[in-house]
Amino acid sequence: MRYAIIGTGAAGFASIEAIRSLDKSGEIFMLGDDPHGFYSRPGLAYFLTGELADKSLFPKTREDYARLNFTYQKARVTKINRAEKFLLLDGKTPLPYDKLLIATGASALPLTIPGANFQGVVKLDHLEDARGILSFAKRGKTAVVVGGGITALELTEGLLARGVKVHYLLRGDRYWSNVLDEHESRIVEARLQEEGVTLHFHSELTEVIGKGGKVGGVRLLNGKTIKCDILAYAIGIKPRAELAQDAELALDRGILVNEFLQTNDPDIYSAGDVAQVYDPITGRSVLDSLWSPARDQGRVAGLNMAGQRKSYIKSAPFNVTRLAGLTTTIIGAVGHGRDEDIVGIARGDSETWRQLPDAIVAQGGFDINRVRILVGEKILIGAVVMGDQTLSAPLQKIIAQKVDITSVRDKLLARDAKIADVIVDFWSKHAAVA
Amino acid sequence: MSFINIFKSDARRRTTLFAGHVVPDSSRCVQCGICSYNCPIGIDVRAHAWRDEAINHSECLTCGECVARCPRGVLRFDRTDLFAKDAQ
Ligand SMILES: Cc1cc2nc3c(=O)[nH]c(=O)nc-3n(C[C@H](O)[C@H](O)[C@H](O)COP(=O)(O)OP(=O)(O)OC[C@H]3O[C@@H](n4cnc5c(N)ncnc54)[C@H](O)[C@@H]3O)c2cc1C
Repeated sequence: MRYAIIGTGAAGFASIEAIRSLDKSGEIFMLGDDPHGFYSRPGLAYFLTGELADKSLFPKTREDYARLNFTYQKARVTKINRAEKFLLLDGKTPLPYDKLLIATGASALPLTIPGANFQGVVKLDHLEDARGILSFAKRGKTAVVVGGGITALELTEGLLARGVKVHYLLRGDRYWSNVLDEHESRIVEARLQEEGVTLHFHSELTEVIGKGGKVGGVRLLNGKTIKCDILAYAIGIKPRAELAQDAELALDRGILVNEFLQTNDPDIYSAGDVAQVYDPITGRSVLDSLWSPARDQGRVAGLNMAGQRKSYIKSAPFNVTRLAGLTTTIIGAVGHGRDEDIVGIARGDSETWRQLPDAIVAQGGFDINRVRILVGEKILIGAVVMGDQTLSAPLQKIIAQKVDITSVRDKLLARDAKIADVIVDFWSKHAAVA
Repeated sequence: MSFINIFKSDARRRTTLFAGHVVPDSSRCVQCGICSYNCPIGIDVRAHAWRDEAINHSECLTCGECVARCPRGVLRFDRTDLFAKDAQ
């Protein structure tokens, strides 16, 4: 049996561990076009701020690789030939497969305005991107950041930490409007301003201006110009589904897979950021761009590829992140609608967060410590925890396990409810019984 | 104060040395490696988090550096009985 894995990310690596747990002798090939192989992409944000050295981004040791006994090949897969079951590497070398996993991830949506190819226009997908940013980000320089979601702020924080002055452009009137509520957006914006970031609302970029192919500034729709040396963008991501599209696999926004992570070709599986995964519980197929689901999907795909029939059950998507230095956990469904700063989804993001059905909001806390919960009929369907993270783990479990909260629902929705106390009390009793 | 200093002072704020284990919640972990990077004696805390295993390492000082530095609340102290576990 020969397994081929396209992609060296969390999904690809987890699939190999799973295959090896069942099949000790099959041949496994891992193919990737990132020169650095498997590393923590979310960790790139901390590399930018200087909290981490780049060599620390690599989770696996030589022994880990040896133990899994697979062949890693740095190559770009340029074609999947389904009829004869082989891949083409770098347009020339064929590699036959029996079972294939497409775990090609997602890449940043490109900026398409004039001047977008100038030196100094940057994004944050790969380690090489991060290194490139650091080579431009010298004290005394000025950057303009456009886009939204987590990555736009990671770029902002990384640049600030390197002494760069930052202008952040927002198209609408607040930050991340379809995930955060207005109060949360304002908290983040105020903190950015305290850090010296200049926010420009209702601002749309039309052109990068510069000399000799280098960024010198940007022009906005309202005619204004801002001088800068760097333009960093994070306007959304797109699953890297071109290979699958070429091979005529079923696609929607990503590669469509069933609960066994199988595409419409029974020998081809897909997992991670590139896969749009069927959720048997909601009947929906959704995209996530989250590390933990990518790893879980890779694992379940690997088990199925090696012959064990196993369903992937989607858990309430969540992320713990820092927004303007404030630790924030986002769990389940918390918002809806469109955000003008992102097309589709961004990094560290889930479509589910914007699929908020009818729910009542309860919120508590002030200043920077804030919790917002979305209260359904019998369960909690989402939460945003900002600042103090005491409630983050209990809420994650209450939401993921769909714990019946009927007994405290009225208390949570009471005027001036002390939500944190109610949740902590409820959870300690629940955990004691469970 | 810059963001970076906020993170650093957070790490300094911890005062207690716990008797117990550092325990990860792997579903929160993105393998960034800040924990291993900051471990004063070089334990690969991240590898434990990948396997969802307690840092049951004889040299762990339970100094709390990894717990405090993790930006995602992956790590916590658990007052498990170290000796009882070791004896198993
Ligand atoms: C800056 C940043 C911040 C993030 N923050 C968070 C966060 O806070 N929380 C969170 O949960 N997630 C976060 N994420 C998202 C998380 O990293 C991804 O969800 C996860 O890495 C997806 O894993 P994957 O294996 O699906 O894809 P990837 O890690 O993207 O790996 C795909 C691999 O496939 C390779 N590839 C693609 N096409 C080909 C081809 N044709 N031939 C050969 N190789 C190919 C690529 O080189 C790449 O190595 C962040 C990501 C980034 C970049």
